[in-house]
Amino acid sequence: MSSEATSTAALAPGGADLRTEEMLLNMGPQHPATHGVLRVMVRTDGEMVLDCEPHVGYLHRCFEKHCENVTTLQAVLYTDRLDYLTAMGNNWGFCMAVEKLYGPELVIPERAQYIRVICQELNRIASHLLAIGTYGMDVGAITPFLYCFREREKILTIFEHICGQRLNYNYIRPGGVAYDVDDAMLALIGDFCSYFLPKIDEYDDLLSGNDIFVKRTANVGVLSAKLAIDYGCTGPVLRGSGVPRDLRKDKPYGIYERFEFDVPVGSGEHGTVGDCFDRYMVRVREMRESTRIVRQALKSIPGGEIRSAKIKAKIRPPKGEAFTRIENSRGDLGFYVVSDGKEVLYRVKCRAPSFHNISVLPEISRGSMLADLIAIIGSLDIVLGEVDR
Amino acid sequence: MNMDSGTLVEWVLGSDAGFWWRLAGVATAWALPITLWVSLVGLISIWLERKISAHIQCRLGPMEVGPHGALQTIADGVKLLAKEDLIPEGADRMLFALAPILAFAGTFVSFAVIPFGPDLIISDLDTGLYFLAAIGSLEAIGVIAAGWASNNKWALFGSVRAATQVVSYEIPLGLAFVTVAAVAGTLSMTEMVEQQSGMFWNWYMFRNPFMPIAFILYYIASLAECKRAPFDLPEAESELVSGFHTEYSGMRFAIFFLAEYAAMYVVSALAVVLFLGGWYTGIAPLDQALSASPLWGNVVGALVIITKSFVLIFVQMWLRWTLPRIRLDQMMHLCLKVMVPIGMFVLVLAALWQALLPYEGAVANHKPLFPAVGSIAGLAIFVLLTVGAWIWVRNTIRATTSFKSANYRI
Repeated sequence: MSSEATSTAALAPGGADLRTEEMLLNMGPQHPATHGVLRVMVRTDGEMVLDCEPHVGYLHRCFEKHCENVTTLQAVLYTDRLDYLTAMGNNWGFCMAVEKLYGPELVIPERAQYIRVICQELNRIASHLLAIGTYGMDVGAITPFLYCFREREKILTIFEHICGQRLNYNYIRPGGVAYDVDDAMLALIGDFCSYFLPKIDEYDDLLSGNDIFVKRTANVGVLSAKLAIDYGCTGPVLRGSGVPRDLRKDKPYGIYERFEFDVPVGSGEHGTVGDCFDRYMVRVREMRESTRIVRQALKSIPGGEIRSAKIKAKIRPPKGEAFTRIENSRGDLGFYVVSDGKEVLYRVKCRAPSFHNISVLPEISRGSMLADLIAIIGSLDIVLGEVDR
Repeated sequence: MNMDSGTLVEWVLGSDAGFWWRLAGVATAWALPITLWVSLVGLISIWLERKISAHIQCRLGPMEVGPHGALQTIADGVKLLAKEDLIPEGADRMLFALAPILAFAGTFVSFAVIPFGPDLIISDLDTGLYFLAAIGSLEAIGVIAAGWASNNKWALFGSVRAATQVVSYEIPLGLAFVTVAAVAGTLSMTEMVEQQSGMFWNWYMFRNPFMPIAFILYYIASLAECKRAPFDLPEAESELVSGFHTEYSGMRFAIFFLAEYAAMYVVSALAVVLFLGGWYTGIAPLDQALSASPLWGNVVGALVIITKSFVLIFVQMWLRWTLPRIRLDQMMHLCLKVMVPIGMFVLVLAALWQALLPYEGAVANHKPLFPAVGSIAGLAIFVLLTVGAWIWVRNTIRATTSFKSANYRI
């Protein structure tokens, strides 16, 4: 436990009188609310959290080393397992880094670009659905979880039709995408968008507008913009703190500059800017924005090739190094790759957003209640596959 | 009581049986049917909970065992019976074994004063309501003991939360009881129901403008009493793993489970007796037609009271699968800072109303066909509260839509 841990005077206005014996509580790695194998050591005084320290690494499986020992094409498969709820984004991020090695003369076909955007945004919706559903469960509402899964199931079915997989897609490959999407499938995606938007209103009715939910999340786990930036938080966690930073807008990759969409930021609707409610609401609004992007992409998707002819089946990236970032559903996903011209990459480094987001947990959970700690972990929406890599 | 178990026991054992034999005989004669009834209530409500939650969540729920999974609970019960009896190392073994029994006993004994019909009550105590309030708290002791004996930090958290919850909800609960007692002028369950005969506006709930509020107070407090969402803090699945019964498995867990569902029935049946007319349907001619003979009256009465109770149980389940859980400090705030003052006011005002405008319906054999002033006001307040709550919920939802600010053009 860190020494500058607590100032309990702030917790109990009465001073030392209210302090009782401290208890060290081990939460996880097997705990229903830690979203995987996160282990948090919590120092508590009754229900009060004095300090907590996340212990990560239970899911460490040498992702980077694996990627340096298999061919580039095989490495794409390993990226699926990072943030397994947004595997499309992981694929894309890695492939973008590999494509950057080829330099500007490598042009990704238009159709592949559109398919990538559609898949990534659908996957973002699926990921946020899970985040919102499990968040409801963290604060005790079980039903929204099932509703969210009902919608997520539809997206996963679409992905299953597109690439044969429901979770680990291995679909976006260097130079394009693996398979083409037929018109019937595009129509199905369009149908999904029309079906999905009214459902968000239902979540608003059931969860966002629920007074108990608002009271449980507003003013809880307040993450100031400065703290978020200091800790390298990205994605909805950073935007929840009121910082309008989205790589799709700020440093557009792919073809994102062609689409019109807003970047929702937390505004402290019910409490302070950067509380759990803001982070939750940013995700809900992002689902609307993603639907918007998908609809625009569906309208203007061209025909043609889906893979660049410049990248052969046997991928040998040219010598050099490249770093790229994409806006994944949990934040900036960065890939740094070094190639020495062989089929196997020399070095792969992954900058995973969840790892940085979870690091802020002790700062924002000090002095909260134990129940708040669960709500805060849920609002950070971590995926341990990505934290531990 | 015309179903006097004493005579039955005497008939079986002979009139010269010793005191202890007679005691054992009377206990068996009543404990056996109540045990069966508690088990049946458990079976039905667990099945109902699974089906209701499933349908709320767009699922089917259990479908395999029996028609629509009706026998699933029995299968689960057999499974729990066959499970290993696990006591964690370092646990207080005696307390660990005693806790589920304590928790169950509190609920079980409550059935002694809950009526099923005009004559279908085990013991029509003059102090029925008082007895219930006292014995109802016993369950909490079992829960606290369970968490303490488990030698598990999560269980300890659960039991401390249970203790906190008890001291919070018991006061508004007691205030609601006292309000009813002030209006009824009796603590006997059957007498209270008798006073609510006639049309539904004779029910205590509509007796005067403050009784609807007392009912809402009672209902919220009763949710907390049986640890149902949004007051399921002692269990708090997502926070405390399983709370006080984290370490319990097999039959001991089943007993906790059964106690919880039996408690749901007890608080619902009590709400029916205290506020919703007990075994009366609320339509005077119908009641007269149905209670032609005493036996028939008892059968219909039991059906009415059970139906009303299960409607309230359904509402409990509905709430559980809709609402998130509130936090410990919010629960204490709600119970102690909101419900207690309201309960105080309601008690004083209801008692004043009763003193100044005694209810003519309360006089025996005088059942007016038209509601009294108090009933009209009570009905009006009830409707107002319902509409007000609806508008309030609508407004909260509208104030918090993700669609609000940005310039969406989808």
